[in-house]
Amino acid sequence: MAKIATAESYKVIRRGGITSDRWLGTFMLAPAILYIVLLVAGPLLFAIYLSVSNATTGEYTLEYVGLANFVRALQSSIFRTALANTFIFTIVSQIIVIIFGNMLALALQERFRGRSIVRFLILLPWATPVSLAAIGWKWMYDSLYSVVNWMLKAVHILGPTDFPQWLGFPSLAIPAVISVHVWRTFPFSAVVILAGLTSIPQETLDAASVDGAGFFHRLFYILLPMLLPIITVAVLFGTVFTFTDMGAVYILTAGGPFNSTHVLSSWAFQVGIVAGDLAQGAAVAVFMLPVLLVAAITMLRIASRETGV
Amino acid sequence: MPVALRSRSSRKIIGRIALYLAVAWFTFYAAFPFVWMLITAFKRNSDLYNVKNNPFLFNQPPTLEHMRLLFEGTPFLRWLWNTGFVGLMVVIITLVAAVPAGYSLARLARAWGRRLGIAIFLTYLVPPTLLFIPLSRVVAELRLQDNLWALVLVYPTFTIPFCTWLMMGFFKSIPGELEEAAMVDGCTRLAALRHIVLPISVAGILTVTIFAFALSMQEFTYALTFISPSSQKTVSIGVPTDLIRGDVFYWGSLMGGALVSAVPAAILYSLFLDRFIAGLTAGALK
Repeated sequence: MAKIATAESYKVIRRGGITSDRWLGTFMLAPAILYIVLLVAGPLLFAIYLSVSNATTGEYTLEYVGLANFVRALQSSIFRTALANTFIFTIVSQIIVIIFGNMLALALQERFRGRSIVRFLILLPWATPVSLAAIGWKWMYDSLYSVVNWMLKAVHILGPTDFPQWLGFPSLAIPAVISVHVWRTFPFSAVVILAGLTSIPQETLDAASVDGAGFFHRLFYILLPMLLPIITVAVLFGTVFTFTDMGAVYILTAGGPFNSTHVLSSWAFQVGIVAGDLAQGAAVAVFMLPVLLVAAITMLRIASRETGV
Repeated sequence: MPVALRSRSSRKIIGRIALYLAVAWFTFYAAFPFVWMLITAFKRNSDLYNVKNNPFLFNQPPTLEHMRLLFEGTPFLRWLWNTGFVGLMVVIITLVAAVPAGYSLARLARAWGRRLGIAIFLTYLVPPTLLFIPLSRVVAELRLQDNLWALVLVYPTFTIPFCTWLMMGFFKSIPGELEEAAMVDGCTRLAALRHIVLPISVAGILTVTIFAFALSMQEFTYALTFISPSSQKTVSIGVPTDLIRGDVFYWGSLMGGALVSAVPAAILYSLFLDRFIAGLTAGALK
């Protein structure tokens, strides 16, 4: 009897609850949605609008000028270098990051003494603010007192009279920037891949072992295919973080030497904020959008494939 | 049979050696910059700036000179305070927006909950380097230039999407029957939320707090764009921009400042990293 009453009253609550739940749900979502609409979606559209306008920092003009800013951007050789650099830095660093991330994840999966300390030390680069990390690297690549050069000499990779100016020549500054991006993102990718590794049932690997599959066979035919979605996620985030980052380049080289290491973000800052040409800066930054869109769509497809939404 | 056994054990030894080499290399690569910061921060200039010296040895006794310059000759403490203030305000705004939104997406929004959740999460991918130009106009309109409140206003744009997503996942992991049972007993949903759901969500709320704080501490682009006076800077722009006077880099103090502000943050962050990863990979791992 009591049971029936409970079920009845439960139904009543559910029925009355749906309309009030809907109202409450909307109400609870409102602050987050408002924030995002006003300060992310709005400014994003505004950025696109600025890129086809003639806005500057000082004046309040906002006239439509068509694609003039994009044409002007493309005419600048610094911009074209920045565009190429953004892709080079991202692609090269992410290829190295995938390799390092997989190696490190496989290593961290094993048991060995001091593993938790190693894990903490390896995570330091990811957790450190980018600007503070970059200033550390700038000192390591110093023109006179580079500790990197000292170590390379100590192990005889460099001769006693060699003294590469890491941040002084374009051909060295580019690998220097990439080394910082790799350093910053490989810990993240390793931890993400490790999370994927631990979710693979050990029986699958044991079964393959029993059937005589060696380490590399298991790696290429079982582990990597099973890890593909998670590796994709790691690469996507790494790509977005590297592609859009400004701190590393700004602190390390400030775009130099001879504007050879600018990326889209640092050039947009230089043009839009330092020089005050908001419209031109926005146009430079908007060149990042296609890649971000591809990343977002890929992420969406992974999320929906896995959960069937 | 003994031959097979031997080759198996020798293969195991090779594997072990490869493992230790890999671990040693990655640890060195990751941690070396911090070791070098630590050495630099306590070395005398005459020792530091001598190319003949072994950079890893203290050829002269260590010194606190760089740290003194950092704490007494620069507004470093002020930057730490500013960073803490902005972080705290951002945490409050983030919690107010993200906790209810996460709950709403997990429980109340039915069919469209997950889609909306993903949409909110995707806004996390819109980078500061795309938004800083339009937002500089917004900040100027609001007369918030060179004001910490500009950062308080803007930082939730990246903490709210991510933290809403984390909280949504967290609330989903709590069985809905808990609240329903309370509601059958006559509780309203809000009361059930307050008395039943929130107390068992402390871990999730703590995680979100740490991340909102860590993300706002790491931010560089907005701070560089909106803040120029020394006294209003946060550590992430104060240390790398204020300790360089003309062509002179105060390397000892620079490294000291970087180390002092980065390491505590890194420790806190890495304690909660697993949850962060779980949030980012939800969907790809099932």
